[in-house]
Amino acid sequence: MTHTVLVTGVSRHIGARVASVLAADPDIHRVIGVDTVPPPSLSRDGGVPLGRTEFVRVDLRSPDIAQVIAAADIDTVVHVGLVSSPPRSGGRALMKEHNVIGTMQLLGACQRSATVRRVVVRSTTAVYGSSPRDPAVFTEDAEPAEPPVHGYAKDAVEVEGYVRGFARRRRDVTVSMLRFANFMGPGVDSPLTRYFSQPVLPTVLGFDPRLQFVHEDDAVEVLRRMATEDHPGTFNAAGDGVLLLSQCLRRAGLLSVPVPPPAFGLLGDLARSAGLVNFSPEQLRLMCHGRAVDGARLAATLGWRPKFSTGAAFEDFLRTRRPGGGLPAAAMDVLSRMVTR
Amino acid sequence: MSETAGRTGGPHGEPHEAQVIPISRGRSRSDHEPPRDQPDREPPRDRSDHGPRRDPGGGPYASGDDRGLWGDGGDDGDRRLAELLAFLRRRLTGQYEVDEFGFDAELTDKVLLELIRPLYRHWFRVETVGAENVPGDSGALVVANHSGTIPVDALMLQVALHDDHPDRRAIRLLGADLVYRLPLLGHLSRKTGHTLACREDADRLLRKGELVGVFPEGFKGVGKPFSERYRLQRFGRGGFVASAIRAGVPIVPCAIVGAEEIYPKIGDLRFLARALGLPYLPITPLFPWFGPLGLVPLPSKWLIGFGEPIRTDEYAPGDADDPMLVFNLTDQVREVVQQQLNELRLRRGHAFPPFL
Repeated sequence: MTHTVLVTGVSRHIGARVASVLAADPDIHRVIGVDTVPPPSLSRDGGVPLGRTEFVRVDLRSPDIAQVIAAADIDTVVHVGLVSSPPRSGGRALMKEHNVIGTMQLLGACQRSATVRRVVVRSTTAVYGSSPRDPAVFTEDAEPAEPPVHGYAKDAVEVEGYVRGFARRRRDVTVSMLRFANFMGPGVDSPLTRYFSQPVLPTVLGFDPRLQFVHEDDAVEVLRRMATEDHPGTFNAAGDGVLLLSQCLRRAGLLSVPVPPPAFGLLGDLARSAGLVNFSPEQLRLMCHGRAVDGARLAATLGWRPKFSTGAAFEDFLRTRRPGGGLPAAAMDVLSRMVTR
Repeated sequence: MSETAGRTGGPHGEPHEAQVIPISRGRSRSDHEPPRDQPDREPPRDRSDHGPRRDPGGGPYASGDDRGLWGDGGDDGDRRLAELLAFLRRRLTGQYEVDEFGFDAELTDKVLLELIRPLYRHWFRVETVGAENVPGDSGALVVANHSGTIPVDALMLQVALHDDHPDRRAIRLLGADLVYRLPLLGHLSRKTGHTLACREDADRLLRKGELVGVFPEGFKGVGKPFSERYRLQRFGRGGFVASAIRAGVPIVPCAIVGAEEIYPKIGDLRFLARALGLPYLPITPLFPWFGPLGLVPLPSKWLIGFGEPIRTDEYAPGDADDPMLVFNLTDQVREVVQQQLNELRLRRGHAFPPFL
């Protein structure tokens, strides 16, 4: 069977990497990449060689996507096109339209298509929300105590709802939904990586959340396997282990300023209006209560474990982003040499 | 398995039979075995690295280290200094591990337990009875009474199992969601290995072979008036029993005597408590009259006793969904803990020896 794969969101990092990995696979006949904007050029930061991927500029919110799917006899759709933060121009309303209406259009086109056999959707562990009443570790079946009501997380919840509806209506199609923890790695550009790239980090006074990361290489590998093998269902994808925020800061050698929760929200708003970082109420909750998920189902289904643990993914991110930051360690080494002679 | 159950719990381990025997065995043990317990109870103090080396009246955790570091000098001092620096380096650079629940074993062992140990040894003079009833390396569920207005008993239970159990077990307590809503307390609680009392977390910890502790009375127990001391309250909905059955781990009944007297609650500022979103706001003989001084717990004498484990592995995991079984077993555990409480209280005598 010849594979023709459609990848959405190829103009952003993960989408581009998935497309390029699939394009390198000889079993795959064609890879068609779509996005609302053309992919960045290779010379610029973040450009990933797309190989033989054919790029089609389509606004997911329009029915044009149906024509692309029909014209190319697509059999596998890899939907990684969700955006996690509003674009500079357009704001939250545009982001929501892109995420939710875009997914609806895409799924509508898939439902009509006679050729689509497999749909892989990227979701996020943010759908579990983050609250003091939640279990420490979420499995795929967990019912969040307080489902998210803001931003990206809410979009993802709605997207998941539509994907489940699609899976019910087209039982012949294999639908895999992947809930990724926060992406981490040298090429990742997300609200969280931007947060860790600041010189001084605000933290919420009196809280030390558990964070979990998935390395971009592992995310790409999971998406590649899902796109080439049949694994229906919903899966958490996260690196093993957790890091506390305080641990992240210490490993990065960064300074932090604990601020009381109301001030933290205000700072977030200020930073957003200044175009620095984007801190939504969802992220504030994450910064208070944290979140960890159980990746056992994915590991058992694929017979594969992520190569990077949460800690290793963060180290890899630090390696490329912050060459400095080893000051406390160096100071301690000097001190121990001095004292122990 | 069922043969052993038959021996302890009468013919074929019928639930009713099994209810009675462990109680009487627990009682007989505490009746005529103190001589054997006595030497058992002393060694842990010598065995633990803080007993003899430290000045008993000395300050908290830094004092012992200081004497080792700066007083002794020589090779030992150097080694300890190097250890301390390595520890500080790990802490400062974040090179330590926490588990998925946020349990920071190193911080707990080296800092937090050291800080509360003086309270355990010198203020409440806690004695542990029957620690051998707690399994050394496998999962188990410790079910204890809850009292004292402020849940100091949870911390003392943690020190008891860490210091006085031969395998120095870290107990993973299940706490109310109020704890995790509060700043500071929530993450300190996670760092010391505790987590939210919910089915998912309990099951996950027990599957991993951890020692889990619960206080099924919850706020009803810890916030009850002084006049009801040592009277067990209702045991929640028995969720803890269902978790133990699903995991097939034994339930270890535990009685904590002494916590009732630390903050005798003789009144409740209900209106203010509701305004602050707290389950209760106590009036004690010292609080709020003496301000912060009222927060100093009274130095009652404590005993923590662990009873004969109640086995659950003769049930199928599916039996956890049988409400009658769960209720019966919950009642059985409650009876055993109440019995233990009565016995230990008699054994302790005065709450504030030698006078009161």
